[in-house]
Amino acid sequence: MISKVPSALLSYLRGNMRPLVESAFAIFVGLVVGGLILLVLHYNPIDGYVSMFKGFGIFIEQRNFGLTEFAYALAFATPYMLTALTFAVGMRAGLFNIGAEGQVYIGGAAAAWIAGHFALPVGFHVFAVTIIAMLAGALWALVPALLKIRRGVHEVISAIMLNWIAYYLVMYLAIYHLSGKYAHITAEALPTARYEVLGMVGRIDLIAMISVILAVCLGVYILLWRTRVSHIGFIQRWRMMLFGLIVGGSYVAFAYVNQHFGKLMGGNLTTVIYVAIALCVGVYVFLWRMYPGYEIRLVGDNPDAARYAGISISRAILLSFIIGGLAAGLAGASLAIRPTNWGFNSTLGDFVGYGFVGIGVALVGRNHPIGIIPSAIFFGGLENSGRYLEADLGVSSELVGGIQGIIIMAMALPLLVLLLARLRRKAK
Amino acid sequence: MTIARIHIPRRVLVFTICLVVIVVLFYLLEHVGISTKEVARGALFVMTPLTLAAVGECINEKAGLVNIGLEGIFLLTAIFGVYGAVHLGSGYGGLLVGSLVGAIIGFIFGIVSVYGRANQVVMGMGINVFAGGMLLFLMMTIWHATSYEVRPEFMISKISTPLGLLSPIIFVAIAIAILFHIILHRTFLGIKIRAAGEKPEAVDVAGKRVDRIRMFTCILGGALAGLGGAFFSLGWLGTVVKDISAGRGYIALACVVFAGLEPLFALAAAFIFGFVEALASTVGIMPAAHAFPFLGYFLLMVPYIVPLVVVAIFIGRRPFPKASGRPYIRE
Repeated sequence: MISKVPSALLSYLRGNMRPLVESAFAIFVGLVVGGLILLVLHYNPIDGYVSMFKGFGIFIEQRNFGLTEFAYALAFATPYMLTALTFAVGMRAGLFNIGAEGQVYIGGAAAAWIAGHFALPVGFHVFAVTIIAMLAGALWALVPALLKIRRGVHEVISAIMLNWIAYYLVMYLAIYHLSGKYAHITAEALPTARYEVLGMVGRIDLIAMISVILAVCLGVYILLWRTRVSHIGFIQRWRMMLFGLIVGGSYVAFAYVNQHFGKLMGGNLTTVIYVAIALCVGVYVFLWRMYPGYEIRLVGDNPDAARYAGISISRAILLSFIIGGLAAGLAGASLAIRPTNWGFNSTLGDFVGYGFVGIGVALVGRNHPIGIIPSAIFFGGLENSGRYLEADLGVSSELVGGIQGIIIMAMALPLLVLLLARLRRKAK
Repeated sequence: MTIARIHIPRRVLVFTICLVVIVVLFYLLEHVGISTKEVARGALFVMTPLTLAAVGECINEKAGLVNIGLEGIFLLTAIFGVYGAVHLGSGYGGLLVGSLVGAIIGFIFGIVSVYGRANQVVMGMGINVFAGGMLLFLMMTIWHATSYEVRPEFMISKISTPLGLLSPIIFVAIAIAILFHIILHRTFLGIKIRAAGEKPEAVDVAGKRVDRIRMFTCILGGALAGLGGAFFSLGWLGTVVKDISAGRGYIALACVVFAGLEPLFALAAAFIFGFVEALASTVGIMPAAHAFPFLGYFLLMVPYIVPLVVVAIFIGRRPFPKASGRPYIRE
């Protein structure tokens, strides 16, 4: 029985390999083109790649074995994850929802307003900030949704216009209504409204946590393989095991990062990342395990079939926009309430770009709420590497934006991988 | 063979009303104390890149391709236009380089979406993200600064008209809009382009190549948008900065939707949006506006609110070409 397992796993992987290969190939194309750009401009592309991977913290000689850098990458990944969720839920409903950018601004402004100008009880304050920011994002997302449903305005046009309207609106709010001690930065979030900076877990907690996770894994293993639960197939078992390992492993990783993070100055990874991951998982459950989510996916896959089945297309569109708005609003809150300013700059430099890069994150994550998480961590690392590109090579960190664009373009080509496979077959 | 006449009285009505409103506003502005000439001049300058990009996009969408990468083409050609102008020593050379770069981007977009059957909207968004990053990167690499002033001798020299100094490209843009309207509706090439978007199978059966028509429109659309992008830096603003086009590539898309894919209407739509933007910025620098400094932010919003409202109120559900945005797969 045991001998069967690897082959079952392999065939399962082979059946689900293509999306993974496509994403990996798009990333590969992006990195290669990035290297070519450096080569054309007379920089050493090898140095460029080394700088890029420094952003992920994979080199042992970096601070805390690279964990510090990884924590920075995770801090960048948090908003990416959420804006990607906005785009992915839209794509699942057949919408090209690129309004995350504007919803991030509005959510951030709402978060800064609640966090800096209201005195609320401890515990409730953070909760209120999160909820209000999410609702503000959803409110802003209602405009393109209603325009789409009532007037048939294409969501790309309305979302882009609303992004710019939100840009100037939030700029105005930041300067005239939200500013605190300094004119150009919004009022600092009150201590009760701050997400906790990760770094509070001690070594003993870490050991306890690892042993708990090992115990859970052992329990799951015994339950699945050593008892007669025969109606659960191999694949389900492996999936459950894998899922448990991923959850447990990431928890250990976070805990480890926490421990090292306490020693650092200026770190900006906060507990909001847990909320972001929870939201991703929640959206996954909603889309694949609940009826309204099923409706959204059906509308995206085949609107005609959905209409004949009596599903309200308007409701599915509205719902997907609202979920997207909630996620983008939280992204805004995570960007507005973070060290070291605990507020945002009135030039909106803290917010700009996260919405659009989220499109790439979602595409690389195959528009899947769970796939988005590793994809966001990749993009976060890439973004973090911009600092090293600037410091080591002396090129602008914006090259990272170019690479992200190339990755998005490569993801647009579904045939690229097929084409290459055909070429290889011909060569044989 | 008769040419199908597209007759939409409602759109004509809407545009007539808008233009009449603008004329009335011009009359009123003179009484308020705002220089009409200044507003008209500004409107023409804003109109030019919008028209160029929108006309190219109209033809593109008529042939069945949706390229939302106009903003990206604007950004990249704005910087390559200046680079070309400095190296070739003339502003017109820069415009040529700009439209060449635009054509290359259009060519790549065409290859990818016609032969690679890519998702065109994703591809267009990729161009935008790529250009947004590369603009600053290239500026830092070429000039080691985040903004660059174009020297006057490399600018397109302006010509004096009754309205004040105007760039000759403005008239070129108007001519291009009229020319392509005629091509689209009065020539055999126009029929082929429209058929490629409406019923590509029929074009294929008639023995014409759908892929070549679409490639042609892609390159043309890219070149026109590239001309518009180079106009930003060489004919109008005289500098290159981050976000030089400030989302006008998307406003051009709104123009296309508002115009219902007709180049002549796109010209009118671009003028309307240009007028709104010029009016907003003229009001912003009036002495009376200094009493309310926060007003500036709301005036900056106006150029984006107006397209949204206009598209929402007047257009609504409007049939696009049937094969729009869909790759043609030959059986």
